Amino acid sequence: MDSSILEPSLYTVKAVLILDNDGDRLYAKYYDDTYPTVKEQKAFEKNIFNKTHRTDSEIALLEGLTVVYKSNIDLFFYVIGSSHENELMLMAVLNCLFDSLSQMLRKNVERRALLENMEGLFLAVDEIVDGGVILESDPQQVVHRVALRGDDVPLTEQTVTQVRKTILASLSSNLSYIQGEIFMSKARAKLLQAQILKSASDSFSNNPICF
Amino acid sequence: MIKKFDKKDEESGSGSNPFQHLEKSAVLQEARIFNETPINPRRCLHILTKIIYLLNQGEHFGTTEATEAFFAMTRLFQSNDQTLRRMCYLTIKEMANISEDVIIVTSSLTKDMTGKEDVYRGPAIRALCRITDTTMLQAIERYMKQAIVDKVPSVSSSALVSSLHMVKMSYDVVKRWVNEAQEAASSDNIMVQYHALGLLYHLRKNDRLAVTKMLNKFTKSGLKSPFAYCMLIRIASKLLDETEGGHDSPLFDFIESCLRNKNEMVVYEAASAIVHMPNCTARELAPAVSVLQLFCSSPKAALRYAAVRTLNKVAMKHPSAVTACNLDLENLITDSNRSIATLAITTLLKTGSESSVDRLMKQISSFVSEISDEFKVVVVQAISALCQKYPRKHSVMMNFLSNMLRDDGGFEYKRAIVDCIISIIEENPESKETGLAHLCEFIEDCEHTVLATKILHLLGKEGPRTPQPSKYIRFIFNRVVLESEAVRAAAVSALAKFGAQNDDLLPSVLVLMQRCMMDSDDEVRDRATFYMNVLQQKQKALNAAYIFNGLSVSIPGLEKSLHQYTLEPTEKPFDMKSVPLATTPITDHKSDITPVSSSKLPDKLTPSRQDIYQEQLAAIPDFQGLGPLFKSSEQVQLTEAETEYVVRCVKHTFAGHMVFQFDCTNTLNDQLLQKVVVQMEPSESYEVVTYIPASSLPYSQPGSCYTLVRLPEDDPTAVSCTFSCTMKYLVKDCDPNTGEPDDDGYDDEYVLEDLEVTVADHIQKVLKANFGAAWEEVGDEFEKEETFALASVRTLDEAVGNIISFLGMQPCERSDKVPENKNSHVLFLAGVFRGGHDMLVRARLALADGVTMQVTVRSGEETVVDVILASVG
Repeated sequence: MDSSILEPSLYTVKAVLILDNDGDRLYAKYYDDTYPTVKEQKAFEKNIFNKTHRTDSEIALLEGLTVVYKSNIDLFFYVIGSSHENELMLMAVLNCLFDSLSQMLRKNVERRALLENMEGLFLAVDEIVDGGVILESDPQQVVHRVALRGDDVPLTEQTVTQVRKTILASLSSNLSYIQGEIFMSKARAKLLQAQILKSASDSFSNNPICF
Repeated sequence: MIKKFDKKDEESGSGSNPFQHLEKSAVLQEARIFNETPINPRRCLHILTKIIYLLNQGEHFGTTEATEAFFAMTRLFQSNDQTLRRMCYLTIKEMANISEDVIIVTSSLTKDMTGKEDVYRGPAIRALCRITDTTMLQAIERYMKQAIVDKVPSVSSSALVSSLHMVKMSYDVVKRWVNEAQEAASSDNIMVQYHALGLLYHLRKNDRLAVTKMLNKFTKSGLKSPFAYCMLIRIASKLLDETEGGHDSPLFDFIESCLRNKNEMVVYEAASAIVHMPNCTARELAPAVSVLQLFCSSPKAALRYAAVRTLNKVAMKHPSAVTACNLDLENLITDSNRSIATLAITTLLKTGSESSVDRLMKQISSFVSEISDEFKVVVVQAISALCQKYPRKHSVMMNFLSNMLRDDGGFEYKRAIVDCIISIIEENPESKETGLAHLCEFIEDCEHTVLATKILHLLGKEGPRTPQPSKYIRFIFNRVVLESEAVRAAAVSALAKFGAQNDDLLPSVLVLMQRCMMDSDDEVRDRATFYMNVLQQKQKALNAAYIFNGLSVSIPGLEKSLHQYTLEPTEKPFDMKSVPLATTPITDHKSDITPVSSSKLPDKLTPSRQDIYQEQLAAIPDFQGLGPLFKSSEQVQLTEAETEYVVRCVKHTFAGHMVFQFDCTNTLNDQLLQKVVVQMEPSESYEVVTYIPASSLPYSQPGSCYTLVRLPEDDPTAVSCTFSCTMKYLVKDCDPNTGEPDDDGYDDEYVLEDLEVTVADHIQKVLKANFGAAWEEVGDEFEKEETFALASVRTLDEAVGNIISFLGMQPCERSDKVPENKNSHVLFLAGVFRGGHDMLVRARLALADGVTMQVTVRSGEETVVDVILASVG
């Protein structure tokens, strides 16, 4: 029995992986030297994928590591930690990653949407885990901190806050830029600007999630 | 990989991956637009994403191209686009190790981390700390301190976590931020709390008092964050483990109280901490087991897995504690997650009764092919434990194991099975033949050289003594024909053992040997020639010395002695007796809970404990003329636990001297000890030659001092002696914080417990694989026999244990195991007496009211025989 008592440490996560349904790497971040070379990493990913893609059972022990995973349509999300690690902590990271992405991609968690928003994924993982330490476990906070400007999305689907933020950010630097940047008519844009300029000051102070 | 994407595109009919066909050079080319004015944030963002994507795919960037891209990227700081700026931070972090001169962005990042935009501040801190080194850290120290106590959680968390990363690099700087971290720990934000606690612990972990204080404070004030609670539990259980005391401290109470926390993560962490504590009593385990039992029926697979995995661990030590959960575990057998099902079954195998074994084994075999190798090993371990518990079930197990052996599997898995079968064979003589048959079948098609040689060795040892030894010859000789060099050589050795043991097989073995002498490998030929010649002598003694019982010296020791011998050319032949003996690995079968994992193959290249001691002692000039180290004893405690000074003694025996090594530890942080010696007063005619003091003994740094004692030459039978020991030293008071000692000190002494030297210290264990042959080899020239009555001993087991520990000799032929329900037993012991004299002891034991023992001792030297009999009496 490995009676060695766990050395108390914040370093919880060994790797975060996202693979597609062929087992190819879409995203992979390793936080320690368990698999130092790309070759070893790919071999490990292959092994993981083979062992997990057919079953939907969320947790496994592989190569002496605890792997928690989740699949959605054509994506496989993995969070990997030491076999002595608290499985529920790893699960918290996995859930946070998945829920954050789900919000950012508007519940549309599949390969194509993810690839179109790679920068969002990069930023989200950066906010969730930093060098193996869990930085944040609340998806709301993560989405909020990533604060992705939804400029690929038609205006109607943006929340008021996002629009406000987008415009305000650009306003300060250059006004004409907005009209090209956001797809909408000049007239509407002006109307919106007027509204926003009016409410700009109180939205800053009142809105708790607005920076 | 690219091809695969193509195919996919044809199917879906559109470019589904915007990053396919990405080429590094093209992307770097595109990165030139970073230099255009005005900056186009969208295009730049896309290119940065591509660069990070490539890095993420494992693409290698050369230093020059990375540096070029990095410098171009720094221009993007001019843009105020939020996402773009954030991607810049990420690029900085990703490129920190591959690009040169990354520190040029320091000022931009410092500006962002202190700026007004909260979105930038956290990530800027993390990026900045990634590129900072110790010297630069001083410059940003002020900002870091401010950031740690910032009221924005993301800023504070980022600063704390970055500080934690930097503890490894510049501990001294980060240590100065303790007060800020302390303040952050009382934050309302759960993550800030967790990170602050983690940082505080890492800064203070070497100072037990500070950790204890911190724990007390937080356990009383209570925390909000479940993560922080988990951390606290781990710290508490580590402290508990170090104190070695009982479990009724407030720390244990804290951990137990966490079992009632409302967060599952905390509850599980607490239960797991309790389960992993060494020496936990059943009563202390009960609450932890009952929460784990609740988790077994959780809808969350991860929680069920965690629970059953932990219960499995409990079952190894306290099977009875888990029996209450048997019903819940039964339900998990059909769990869709095979890992959970396997763990449930193996746990049940440990806790269940003998009657349920068959049913459970059938269950496992239905899905054993679906589970990963790791779990197959777990299954084998469970079976192995089961065989020890229910020896009568060995036929079921053996069938199951042989089926598993035929399936595909990795090396670890196969080794676990082979080890398990071997242990069954050793436990149950009646299963020997079936077991050997299965193993023979396995080596017919075995790709692992290590396993094949191991099995061949076993066949050589056990095969000749079976009723029909001839049937194994075929299997062994097949190996000579078909396998690699190492296996062929092992097969030749095994064949030789058959020839030596069975006279009627000898002619056939000699014919086979003749063939092996034509082998293409020189090792195989050497062995064959050697064995051929030994066998042709047809002398029992030669067989015993060179075929059954090989060399018993330590390999690194032999290498060293031979090297020494070649350096100084002499006329004298090399003397094997000058080589230190190999210490027989202590294999205690009963305490061995997981025989499979513990029976690792001994790595011959790593020096044993005794070789390390030999090295250490040889470095001390006073001990140079003592000759080779004969034996080093186990550590003996000369103080109670938890006293001011902890002293342990190791007794090193040489041909004519003994060296006592005292490992001392000073546990007072306000004292520095100097010139530490342990003064020894012998009770017999032993003579203390010199003391070698430990010059300085600062707080918690162990040091060693030595005492050299000459053994009485005129009276070789004086093997036991009692020493009264006193530690003498010069005390200097010192500042507990800085360790700075005062100039003046005073002499003091500390009385230690008495140290005993017994007959066991003069005898080294040696394993004779074939005791009978060795017995004949030594001959009855100096045989002596005496009968003793052991009145105080009630069972044969106890008597055997006493004799072995008293004489310190190696039990052979598994004679240390007393079969159940028998009134008599024969114990075979082998050893080497100080000076290199082989000695063998046969003790016949009979159980009447007490135990009567008839001891027969044989040795090549008469005094040795006398010593043994005198000391037993």
